[in-house]
Amino acid sequence: MKILVCISHVPDTTSKINFTEGDTKFDTNGVQFVINPNDEFGLTRAMWFKEKQGASVDVVNVGGAETEPTLRKALAIGADNAIRVNTEATDGFYVAKQLAKVVQDGGYDLVIAGRESIDYNGGMVPGMLAALTGANFINTCIGLEIEGDTATAIREIDGGKETSTTKLPLVVGGQKGLVEESDLRIPNMRGIMMARKKPLTVVEAVETAQETKAVKFEKPAPKGEVTLVSPDDVGQLVALLHNEAKAI
Amino acid sequence: MSVLVYTESEGGKFKKAAFEVASYAKEVANMLGTTVTAVSVNVEDSSELGNYGVDKVLEIKNDKLSTFNAKAYADSLKQAADKEGAKVVVVSSSADSKFLASMLAVNLNAGYASNVVALPENVSPFTVKRTAFTNKAFNITEISTDIKVVGLSNNAFGLKEASGAAAAEGFDPSLSDEGFTVNVTSVDKATDKVSIADADVVVSGGRGLKGPENWGMIEELADVLGAATACSKPVSDMGWRPHGEHVGQTGKPVATNLYIAVGISGAIQHLAGINSSKVKVVINNDPEAPFFKAADYGIVGDAFEVVPQLIEKLKEFKANNA
Repeated sequence: MKILVCISHVPDTTSKINFTEGDTKFDTNGVQFVINPNDEFGLTRAMWFKEKQGASVDVVNVGGAETEPTLRKALAIGADNAIRVNTEATDGFYVAKQLAKVVQDGGYDLVIAGRESIDYNGGMVPGMLAALTGANFINTCIGLEIEGDTATAIREIDGGKETSTTKLPLVVGGQKGLVEESDLRIPNMRGIMMARKKPLTVVEAVETAQETKAVKFEKPAPKGEVTLVSPDDVGQLVALLHNEAKAI
Repeated sequence: MSVLVYTESEGGKFKKAAFEVASYAKEVANMLGTTVTAVSVNVEDSSELGNYGVDKVLEIKNDKLSTFNAKAYADSLKQAADKEGAKVVVVSSSADSKFLASMLAVNLNAGYASNVVALPENVSPFTVKRTAFTNKAFNITEISTDIKVVGLSNNAFGLKEASGAAAAEGFDPSLSDEGFTVNVTSVDKATDKVSIADADVVVSGGRGLKGPENWGMIEELADVLGAATACSKPVSDMGWRPHGEHVGQTGKPVATNLYIAVGISGAIQHLAGINSSKVKVVINNDPEAPFFKAADYGIVGDAFEVVPQLIEKLKEFKANNA
């Protein structure tokens, strides 16, 4: 089985979010970048398939050279090959079209991408990639088993979960549940050393139209102070929620 | 030309989100000087949509679509959009709508903006405001394609009643076998509980609850408020509560009218997931808990003393305001 895991290079959760160039660009100054958490669950599940069932695992990112350390980290966790599509990841549709080319060229059976990246939160790359390549698609996937060319997948729905079966080739929009938090791997020294020698192929982008673009960013208005209510007067909270907040 | 809206239903009845996306679509249609066409699937009587500004409903009634199937639904919506010459397609942020929207966008060769929180700032060029950086910022996105797909964030716009009548028309999309290659084998869903996505109020518990045996209090508070229950990440990691209740960056996003956090300190990942909620309340015995900086109302106190009192006071309130 050939597996491709799509890796988004995102600011660490605790990063300060600021914008520059007249609020048109994300300010990367002092920001530490990581593998998108939703992608990391997928990568770890891919490693499980590799170790237990036999599979090759490639990782791909659409981005400039500055994203290579993130791909190297994925190699250190155990992926076999990395591919970087050398272009700025401007919007979800554009990224999906770039990835579709990689998927078609590589003939992958299973593609795992995070259900969304924690930076732009578009949540559109996995579904678009499936539609562009004609693969089956499961979103918000929290459990995945593969037997031959048949996949059994569990997806999170509003208020519960749903199990379905489908055939490969398959694209999965993954998240926590594909593996548990405690299954995530921190690269060890041997993995890091080996990752330096693993192939990282840079491919050029396909020319394509851009459907959407982020024209400006805004930060939420500063929040007012919290209104504290005494634990001896809980009724006041009910009154405030009704009269002031109009929430009940 | 029209604005097309996918109005979701469950068990033959429209979900609240359907009325919200319809309300939103009506305002967008007004901005564009056109009308709203809704698509319903296996709903017996769609006339209710007229109360939210829908002019026409394409009613699909097909047993093949009795179980949600993202690809077949996306194919049906594509055909509806073609038939109506839709320029804008509006969907909600439910799990199902997010599942189908990206495939629909490819089918329509349309730019798609998700998590949209307000009416378009402009219709030419077409720009919308959406959340980004997991609720830590907003992003104004321009969609430059002829057809646009807009995913509206839950509870971002609210319901706007209108007086009108929706003209129902049967619609029978052609469904090929290729649309049915993902087969649902089982659904595990609590039918007696409000889901986090559909809830107006969410009551959430954290490690401060000390153990799963103390969850009765959270459920009772939720019951009084007609709320969904949720939990912080450590609580789901420890197996006190199912993963589906974990809210936060890697869990479920929450955008409710009222979010009540009990015994949750407010890690940045948790706050990121709940920040879109309108009113936030925290009950925690640690005055230094970061949640107090993010909350609108707070009580510094022992949850085991405060929550039972709150339940009593809310019951009194309900009795007096019934």
